[in-house]
Amino acid sequence: MKKLLAVLMALVMVLGLAACGSEPSAEGGSVYWLNFKPESDEALKEIAAIYTEKTGVEVKIETAASGTYSETLTAEMDKSNAPTIFVVSPNGVPTWGDYCLDLTDTAIAKELSTDAYNVYDEDGKLVSIGYCYECYGIIVNNALLKEAGHDVSEITNFETLKAVAEDITARSEELGFAAFTSAGMDGSSSWRFTGHLINLEYVHEYRDDPEAWGNGAYGPATLTGAYMDNYKALYDLMVENSTVDRKELANGGFDAAAEFANGEAAFYCNGNWEYQGLLDKGMNAEDLYMIPYYSGVEGEEKAGLNCGTENYWAINGEASEADIQATMDFLVWLVTDAEASEKAVTTFGVMPYKSAAESTNRFLAQANAYLADGCYNFAWVTNYQPNVDAYRATAVSAMNDYNADPSDANWEKVVTAYIDGWATQYAAVNG
Amino acid sequence: MRIKHDSTAVNSDMIRRPIQRWAPFFIFPMVAAFIIGFIWPFLHGLFLSFCKFQTTSKWEWVGINNYVKALNDESFVYSFGFTAAFAIVSLVLINVFAFAVAYALTQKIKGSNIFRTVFFMPNLIGGIVLGYIWSMIFDGFLGYYQTSILTNTTWGFWGLIILTCWQQIGYMMIIYIAGLQAVPEDMLEAAKIDGANGWQTLFKVTIPNVMPSITICTFLSLTNGFKLFDQNLALTGGLPYSINPDGTSVHTTEMLALNIYNTFYGENTASRGVAQAKAVLFFILVATLAIAQLTATRKKEVQQ
Repeated sequence: MKKLLAVLMALVMVLGLAACGSEPSAEGGSVYWLNFKPESDEALKEIAAIYTEKTGVEVKIETAASGTYSETLTAEMDKSNAPTIFVVSPNGVPTWGDYCLDLTDTAIAKELSTDAYNVYDEDGKLVSIGYCYECYGIIVNNALLKEAGHDVSEITNFETLKAVAEDITARSEELGFAAFTSAGMDGSSSWRFTGHLINLEYVHEYRDDPEAWGNGAYGPATLTGAYMDNYKALYDLMVENSTVDRKELANGGFDAAAEFANGEAAFYCNGNWEYQGLLDKGMNAEDLYMIPYYSGVEGEEKAGLNCGTENYWAINGEASEADIQATMDFLVWLVTDAEASEKAVTTFGVMPYKSAAESTNRFLAQANAYLADGCYNFAWVTNYQPNVDAYRATAVSAMNDYNADPSDANWEKVVTAYIDGWATQYAAVNG
Repeated sequence: MRIKHDSTAVNSDMIRRPIQRWAPFFIFPMVAAFIIGFIWPFLHGLFLSFCKFQTTSKWEWVGINNYVKALNDESFVYSFGFTAAFAIVSLVLINVFAFAVAYALTQKIKGSNIFRTVFFMPNLIGGIVLGYIWSMIFDGFLGYYQTSILTNTTWGFWGLIILTCWQQIGYMMIIYIAGLQAVPEDMLEAAKIDGANGWQTLFKVTIPNVMPSITICTFLSLTNGFKLFDQNLALTGGLPYSINPDGTSVHTTEMLALNIYNTFYGENTASRGVAQAKAVLFFILVATLAIAQLTATRKKEVQQ
């Protein structure tokens, strides 16, 4: 018995040591992509498997849990086999710019079809390049609107949106659905309001004074808050005509996507990346529309969707030559190979690369249709939110207070969080 | 004088030599683990608290700047106060209840083994899970009144207290039961014969004899109270915040460990060093308190 135990122990020890020693060999270089988009995790792993099968090069895909990208990246970058591809958006340049390879004139940069999504640091180094662009706005289930005797085409500004939403609310008992899906303020959903919806405030300020925003290249040190009332109007409309009472929003735990797919609400505040998921949940493509954030700003009949990106590839400049080469080869393959780029485009929506597959995403097509009609785009100036996590967390708390008691005093707190908070956080980051 | 010929004596050379020879071999894994898992990270962290860094391998020396910033941070000072209040309240409640439960369950009542198991069980659940479970319980209740634990600092505080008590009372109870069972029967019998009533026996005989258990339990609950992190993150996440006029916020239910974590990840590059400095201050604080408390209670222990 004792002998058996001794043998067992020895075995465990040897196995333990062996496990320590079996690091992957790095002769030909390998690829490690720290993915930012949880919804794309599965698709990327499939793509990686195809590449490994074809070329024998190891491609590792890891995905950070929603809202923890900076934590995961910090931990991973310290390891000996650090990510070779990671995501650096414009507001990540001060933190991660030093770690990025200069992509100027590299093989992957030459494949780009536009330089609109290039991110440079102060010295003109090409830190990261966009790999997909997206659009967000208010997703509409037109089948429900028709059931209520309306149509998406009658909504052209805040007035008409409000009229439709309030009509649905008034008859929600009889119709069996609400106007808007829930607006949970927990981490899984609050970004739709503190990151996306608030963009309408920023973008109108930006349109009034593009100089202050470097014509879209950076964020200003201070905001005026001139359009906070418009943000308030649309936000109030969304939470007052919703599936869930606004007083319960702080807890979260609601599933807005499911509410929308199940026909419990006609409007859903989100972006084109939901498209595939909504189809998978059984919705009809022709019922789906995306309309702009109408908030009562003058001339908004000519507003378009929010198009832009926060998805930028950066290559780790501190990785070995072999790994950098392997990564470059993989990325070029990803945007040129027909099969791979088709899979990638399905999950990402659209990729701004010359030989990438065409997009089939209906929302992106609608975004382009708005632009073709001469509507103005809502640039993603929300990307410049300084100290984004702390900034948004403060806004969430203020909005929780406001939802619990929608008084003017509580709205003032929300304004303080967004407008004064911007200036303070901007100074903290750049000071 | 050493006994050389009795080879079975514990201090004989026959037994001592192999022990002496093999001692390093057996101590090595533990020492290695301690150095890798504690000493090295601690020294590395201490060093980094004087640096500006993004990843730990790339740093820039900034001296005591980080400590100055940490001590001037309003949110850190606030969370110190909040944590201290929490630690004291939870220390008292956990120990009073744990002792009471242990005392009741050593009175030879029926089914006391089942009770002990049930009371101990919450301790087997991890802090994050507990935090979410209790958040559902509290909000299930508060939801009836259309409000949430995330909207009120006082509720957040007592919510954390309830959660922590629920989790830790069972654990401390086990320690107290062990202590209570070790109180010599003859002493209790002597007290009874001498005519001591229940309270007198409790305070004059039982408690002095379980002083070692009290030492360890107060030590554990005090340090646990100061170090609380998972439960805090999962239950309130620091909400609600009070919004300052400049748009920053103080997280009104944020304890020290969570404050350090949020500082580390929430802000710009320079703040990582500040978070590291806060962590060192935090270590000094907890260590000092723990040592002071140990010395104080040790003095009250009696030799059996």
